[in-house]
Amino acid sequence: MAYTIVGKSVPRVDAVAKVTGKAKYTDDFFERDMLVGKVLRSPYAHALVKHIDTTKAKELPGVKAVLTYHDVPQIRFATAGHPFNLDPSHQDKADRLILTDKARFVGDAVAAVVAMDELIAEEALRLIEVEYEELEALLTPEAAMKEGAPLIHEDCPHNILSDRGFWMGNLEEAFLAADTMVEGEYETSMVQHCHLENHISYAYVDAHDRIVIVTSTQIPHIVRRIVGQALGIPWGRVRVIKPYVGGGFGAKQDACLEPLTAAMTLAVGGQPVKLNYSREECMIDTRRRHDFKFKMKSALTKDGKILGMHIQAISNTGAYASHGHSIAGAGGSKFRYLYAIPAIKYEPKTVYTNLPVAGAMRGYGSPQMVYALECHIEDIAKKLNLDPIEIRQKNLIEIGHVDPLSQNKIMSSGIRECIDKGKALIRWEAKKEGYRQQMGDKRRGLGMAAFSYASGTHPVGLEIAGARIVLNQDGSVQLQIGATEIGQGSDTVFAQMVAEVLGLPMDRVHVVSEQDTDLTPFDTGAYASRQTYISGMAVKKAAEEIKAKILDFTWGMTDIPAHALDLKGQNVVYKHSGEVVIPLEDVALSTYYDTVFAQPITSDVSNNARVNAVPYGVTFAEVEVDLKTGKIEILEIYNVHDSGTIVNPLMAEGQVHGGVSMGIGYALSEQLLFDPKTGKPLNNNLLDYKLPTIMDTPEIGVAFVETHEPTGSFGVKSLGEPPALSPAPAIRNAVLDATGVAFNQLPMNPQRVFEKLKQAGLI
Amino acid sequence: MYDIQDYQEALTLSEAAETLARNPRMRIIAGGTDLLIKLHGGQIEAAELLSIRKIEALSHIEKMPDGAIGIGPLATFTQITQDPVIKTDIPILAEAAVSMGGPQIRNIATIGGNVCNGATSADSASSLLALEAELTLISSRGTRVLPISEFYLGPGKVDLRAGELLTEIRILPQHYVGFGGHYIKFAMRKAMDIATLGVAVLCKLETGNILAEVKIGLGVAGPTPLRCLEAEAYAAGKVISMDVLNEVGRLAIRSAKARTSWRASKEYREHLIQELVPRALREAIVQAGGGEIA
Ligand SMILES: Cc1cc2nc3c(=O)[nH]c(=O)nc-3n(C[C@H](O)[C@H](O)[C@H](O)COP(=O)(O)OP(=O)(O)OC[C@H]3O[C@@H](n4cnc5c(N)ncnc54)[C@H](O)[C@@H]3O)c2cc1C
Repeated sequence: MAYTIVGKSVPRVDAVAKVTGKAKYTDDFFERDMLVGKVLRSPYAHALVKHIDTTKAKELPGVKAVLTYHDVPQIRFATAGHPFNLDPSHQDKADRLILTDKARFVGDAVAAVVAMDELIAEEALRLIEVEYEELEALLTPEAAMKEGAPLIHEDCPHNILSDRGFWMGNLEEAFLAADTMVEGEYETSMVQHCHLENHISYAYVDAHDRIVIVTSTQIPHIVRRIVGQALGIPWGRVRVIKPYVGGGFGAKQDACLEPLTAAMTLAVGGQPVKLNYSREECMIDTRRRHDFKFKMKSALTKDGKILGMHIQAISNTGAYASHGHSIAGAGGSKFRYLYAIPAIKYEPKTVYTNLPVAGAMRGYGSPQMVYALECHIEDIAKKLNLDPIEIRQKNLIEIGHVDPLSQNKIMSSGIRECIDKGKALIRWEAKKEGYRQQMGDKRRGLGMAAFSYASGTHPVGLEIAGARIVLNQDGSVQLQIGATEIGQGSDTVFAQMVAEVLGLPMDRVHVVSEQDTDLTPFDTGAYASRQTYISGMAVKKAAEEIKAKILDFTWGMTDIPAHALDLKGQNVVYKHSGEVVIPLEDVALSTYYDTVFAQPITSDVSNNARVNAVPYGVTFAEVEVDLKTGKIEILEIYNVHDSGTIVNPLMAEGQVHGGVSMGIGYALSEQLLFDPKTGKPLNNNLLDYKLPTIMDTPEIGVAFVETHEPTGSFGVKSLGEPPALSPAPAIRNAVLDATGVAFNQLPMNPQRVFEKLKQAGLI
Repeated sequence: MYDIQDYQEALTLSEAAETLARNPRMRIIAGGTDLLIKLHGGQIEAAELLSIRKIEALSHIEKMPDGAIGIGPLATFTQITQDPVIKTDIPILAEAAVSMGGPQIRNIATIGGNVCNGATSADSASSLLALEAELTLISSRGTRVLPISEFYLGPGKVDLRAGELLTEIRILPQHYVGFGGHYIKFAMRKAMDIATLGVAVLCKLETGNILAEVKIGLGVAGPTPLRCLEAEAYAAGKVISMDVLNEVGRLAIRSAKARTSWRASKEYREHLIQELVPRALREAIVQAGGGEIA
């Protein structure tokens, strides 16, 4: 389909604001007499707070308030950034207090200070005396589940938060019919989002006794609800403002510090208080990715058809639920759109441990699942002596497939073309041929992996989105959305959609980037790769309503029926010929000032999307392994995506670059580490946590296979999280190809590669 | 917010020495890239700082008439990377310098701070050790000159006495003229990382494919940067071969005091020494005018 602005690499609408420093982030706002908040964190992984003495801290000059468990509402609340569920049995797990009387991980917030400045606040923290009674620290899911282990949360036997899985088809029958069975175990690591802007918020009470919170969040409307719940106050008393945000990747799809910030301002009579986490705090007391252990067992015909798959998974959710109860489920559902596997039994266990809290992180359970699945498929190919690409092709799902559990229907798929394109880009055949007989200390290999995902959360979650457009006197428009720009480029994409519908150049579409729950239409926010697809529907609907109103108004002005009219190049034109009828600006001016018919044009829509669209893609990677040092070098890497229509190719490419780089870190170097005895964090800083630098990132090849998704506005599907899904297994499969050694544990860092190669007799 | 209680700037060496003599709590700050991290991490509290950044006499890099190369402690890593004398005469130090941090850090971090901070991972240290650098230390009491091998006392501990200031790092001609060298920084990342192992090797050749002299400095192979004297003694006078190189690697482990930490195991660290010392020596031989070894 031919569009004018959709599909063009127009510059980001916030590019200039960001590169000139005019874009304001939370820390750039100043309030008069702003105080500073700081958190006292538990040094123990599991301990009861027996007694806290805050006397000395309170006496320190410059200290305005000291808060403990006694000073905050005794209301357990859930932090996960999900839409509220009217059905109590589907509501998020409420297991958190603003300040706790039982520390559940090293770093758990047991007290807080509000003071004139940071140094005074830090000094005050040192003056708080806490008496702890240490409990056994449960630092692995195995330890947490063993008989007789203490309960981290009293209402969860065996420390299991959730074990909801699914089965489809008849697995016993599949196992009986199999020619071969292949089993495998795969393990992923704890990683952290490492978004550029740390978690930060500030709050004050306004003249109407309402709590105003300015915060770096992906989900302002949800934060409003959670703060209301946590404080036990009407939700309307909370106003949340989201300025520019420097990344979140899911760590800000959660109410990590807003309830505490609100409690802090209440403790000082409504004076503004800023809570600004350091990187070290951010890495242990916001969110991290769940580490998973998988056991897979597959039934196969001898020519590689998958008849059935049994997947057991253990997910380590850490000290509090956050998103834990839904992540194993999400990981178990989104991969089902890739291969036609008639029988699957999925048995996940999500387990509480005394480690930092795991939550939403780009891919939401799928990077773990795609890693295990695509390692497993590779192992199957090896065992059956089949070509790893052919075995995938043989099992791919076709258009028209309806998932028996979600009822989501595949209406577009470019997965086959993605595979072909990736294969050609990396010159698979020629290189494979060249690497057949390798000698020496450096070995090269090729690997690939595929994925399916989703666009939003339907049917599990509500997918509501809102957009509002105002036509200005000069024929330009303002666009307000509830969906949040957090760096991914959604503001630009929405502006392109509006420009497309209204026949406007980009500079005539003014996006209000800030979300304010008092002013912005309702939308649940940036997560689940939902905004271009889900919020895009609302934006298009709002733009179409504006267009209809403009054409109607023009009808009144010109007597030409609206159905004969169109908008193009800032004019109202004849639809059949494009001949200009009247400049849009003239129409717009009349909507404001015509003495008889004036009625400024606005639209304010909401859209409840009860559909989902499945994006696909692949990674192809070529690596070189230094057998002597255990170092893995990525020589070439390509991600090829089917995300439906690509609204902005340059930004989409950027999104893929970021995702692949995240996937490379996941594959090779990133891992949060804790002392195995005490649970103390070892590397919660960017020196010791090995986030790849740009020097470690190879040139990333990006290509798209554009399909047209009928349910998406302009044919779009999601692209937010997908780029991070398949790099890690592709790299692992390439290393397997290079060395013959299967690495089934992430990350494949030099120490681990050394140990494995040594075991394999290669060192 | 940093816990800085006092901050002063010295304009001359004598002013700096006097200020330090007057107030023993005063700490020297150069680029601040180690010091501020420590303040941030709480290892230093209530800091009283004396900046030496305005002392112009401390940022020189020059070759004296006798061939000695003098490097002022305030020379930044960027300066070292780009300096013609260093690039020509002791390129191994330029290699080490460019492996350090990232461009922004190299612009501000000084070689004096790198040495005085006393970290075993300091990227300049293993090269300076192999180059047998001499340190000039000045205080209100006078001047000392110390070989760098005696400067390192323990992890983060150097022989910098109260009120003392490092004023020059000097490399004598007999320690670099005729040598070829190579530095390998083995780290988990290609930038912005501390070394898992730093290997600096210098060598001088004799006709007949003979190793006249080999000097090996290692970083992160023990609590301080160290030399591998046993391996060096073995190498002297040997005809170059892969076997000799491997034996040098094996013997280098004996000088190391590697230990297991969550960053890397002892076994892996020693394996890296054995593997990377010969790799660095191979390249050093080429730099010294020898041939590639098959
Ligand atoms: C992001 C980042 C990356 C880094 N990467 C690396 C790396 O790759 N490799 C590496 O080796 N280091 C690295 N470092 C550490 C640091 O940058 C270096 O050690 C640097 O050389 C220190 O120099 P400085 O001038 O900043 O020292 P400062 O922090 O100013 O001082 C360090 C110490 O030396 C003392 N001191 C400084 N000058 C003198 C003097 N003339 N006389 C006596 N005492 C003195 C100070 O009192 C202080 O104790 C990194 C640091 C950061 C923040």
